[in-house]
This record gives sequence, C-alpha cells and structure tokens, in this order.
Amino acid sequence: MVSSFLYSLAGILLLVSFIKDKSKTKKSIIIAWKSFEKLLPTVLAMMLFIGITLSVLNQSVITTLIGSKSGVLGAIIALIMGSIVTIPSFVAFPLGGALLKAGAGYMQVAALVSTIMAVGFVTLPAEIKYFNKDIAIKRIVLSFMICVVFTAVIGMVM
Amino acid sequence: MKLLKVYKWALLFFSVQIVIFFINNTIGKNAFDITLSNLEEMILLIPPIFIIMGLMDTWVPKETLIRYMGHGSGATGLLIAFTLGTVAAGPLYVAFPMGTLLLKKGAKLSNVIFFLGVWSSTKLPIVLFEAASLGVNFTLIHIAITIPLYILIAFYIEKSVSKEAISLIVANAN
Repeated sequence: MVSSFLYSLAGILLLVSFIKDKSKTKKSIIIAWKSFEKLLPTVLAMMLFIGITLSVLNQSVITTLIGSKSGVLGAIIALIMGSIVTIPSFVAFPLGGALLKAGAGYMQVAALVSTIMAVGFVTLPAEIKYFNKDIAIKRIVLSFMICVVFTAVIGMVM
Repeated sequence: MKLLKVYKWALLFFSVQIVIFFINNTIGKNAFDITLSNLEEMILLIPPIFIIMGLMDTWVPKETLIRYMGHGSGATGLLIAFTLGTVAAGPLYVAFPMGTLLLKKGAKLSNVIFFLGVWSSTKLPIVLFEAASLGVNFTLIHIAITIPLYILIAFYIEKSVSKEAISLIVANAN
C-alpha cells in the first residue's frame, strides 16, 4: 500500500515536471540514478550479510539468547544484535511479537527492535560516505544510547 | 577493476553463501531466499523515493529550503524535519542521500539529524505496525522517549561540527 502510494506520487510529480520542463526532468532522473548507484554496493553487501545471519540464527537460538529469564545480559545481547543487523521494520516488529510469544521479555525485545531501526553498523560505511566519519559515528553512538534509555524504561515499567 | 573494488563486500558475502550452501543445503538456501526477499523489497521501494528526491533537487529553490529549514528556522524547521521523517517509508539507509540533499539545499545540520532520528523511530506506517505487534503502550513509550532525546542530540551534533566540515559534505554531494 505504501509503495503504490509512493509510485503514484512519483509518477504524478514526474509527469508535471516533464510537462513544465523536459531538461530539468531529465536532470532529476540522472540525479536519482546516481544516488541509486552510490547506494547499491552497500545495500547488496548488507542484504547478503543479513541473509547469512538470519539463516544461521533461527528463532529458537534467538529465544534462548534473549528469553524473559535472560535479564540484563539478554538485553545487552539484544542491543548488540540489533545494532549489527538492519532488517526491514515490517520484518522486525512481527519478529519482536513472535519472540514475545516464544518467551522473550519486553525489555529484550525493546532492545532488539529499537536498535534494529536506529543503529546500523552494517550501514555505517554508507552513512560515512554520505556525511562524514565524525557525524556518522557520533550519530550512531548517541542513537545507541537513546536505545539503552528506552530499553531501561521498558524494563522498569513493563 | 573499479567495479570489482566497489562490490568487493557483496562478492565476499555472496561467496560465503555459496560455501554455506555446499556445507549445509538447507541453511544455504535459506540465506539465499532471505537475501532475495529483502532485495525485492528494496527494489520496489527505492525507485519512487529517489525519483522524488531527484525532482526535489532540481525544482525546490535553495532560498525556500533555507527559509524553512536553515539557520533561524527554529521550531518550524524541526516541525518540517519531523513531518518529512514521519511520512517517509523505507529503511534508514534510504534517508542518508535525502539528508545530504537537505544539507546541500541549506538545511541546518540539527534539522537533518533530527530528520534521521524521526525516520529511524516514528515513521507513520511503521508506528501502526509497531502498535499492532508489540502493543500501544510500548509504542507510546518508544515515541515519548526517543523524540525529545533526538532533538537533544541533533543540537549537540550541530554544535560540535564545524562549518567547513559541512561545506565539504555539500561539495562531495555534487
């Protein structure tokens, strides 16, 4: 649904742009293609890496590591696991839900899903390429700290 | 040769998958299937986002963006960064080129960092999904904690980065 909305929006904007100014539209498409080319090597490597990780670590292995009895250590493991991998959020949340049902704790699931979304060591090279080392590393470290705070709060209240 | 260098990590992980397949067929096939389905998702989502970005780059005048997201844009700038990050779709790495584009057009670094923070925690389609899978309370706590903290780190990073460093990023973006 999201993607059909995006495609319609892009299509309409492209059409309006084309009617108004052909050369500007051509330039826009070249810019879009260049950004895509720049992103592709990192994304391909990342997808292959995640494929390996998720196939080796199946759900039962994950539940042993971060079950509700795993406590703070489990939360730390979840924070680290989530920081390494970046998977689509619509895979991450049902995974979190499934882990809860399979016996994982709220604190550990909070640690996992928040870092999956906000902290990506696999995408760090891309972030450095687009910004710079200083900004990328500061952003990742501080985002990680936000996830730690969130995990701690969930651990206390839920 | 240059292509080989650019794709060295992809080639390495691909070789690892092939090796895994020969050691254990099921795990190897699984790894390949997961990779393929994730790639499929990306290939579907990225083209329209990048087209919209390309159009923004050529059509939105720098002056407009500076006025709404540049220095002195204050709360309006944060609000726009929040809206851009919320309505977005896609994983965080899609937001990086968008962030550089905003910088190039004269947006303040703090607004760009806040935009990335919102993108990585409270995208609208994802929030609905989060509430459905993990509960409304969980989701509300997530938003209530991350948004104010992201504003703080956005200002901190803005303060700690020199103007020269930002001009260099803008120069590299072209």
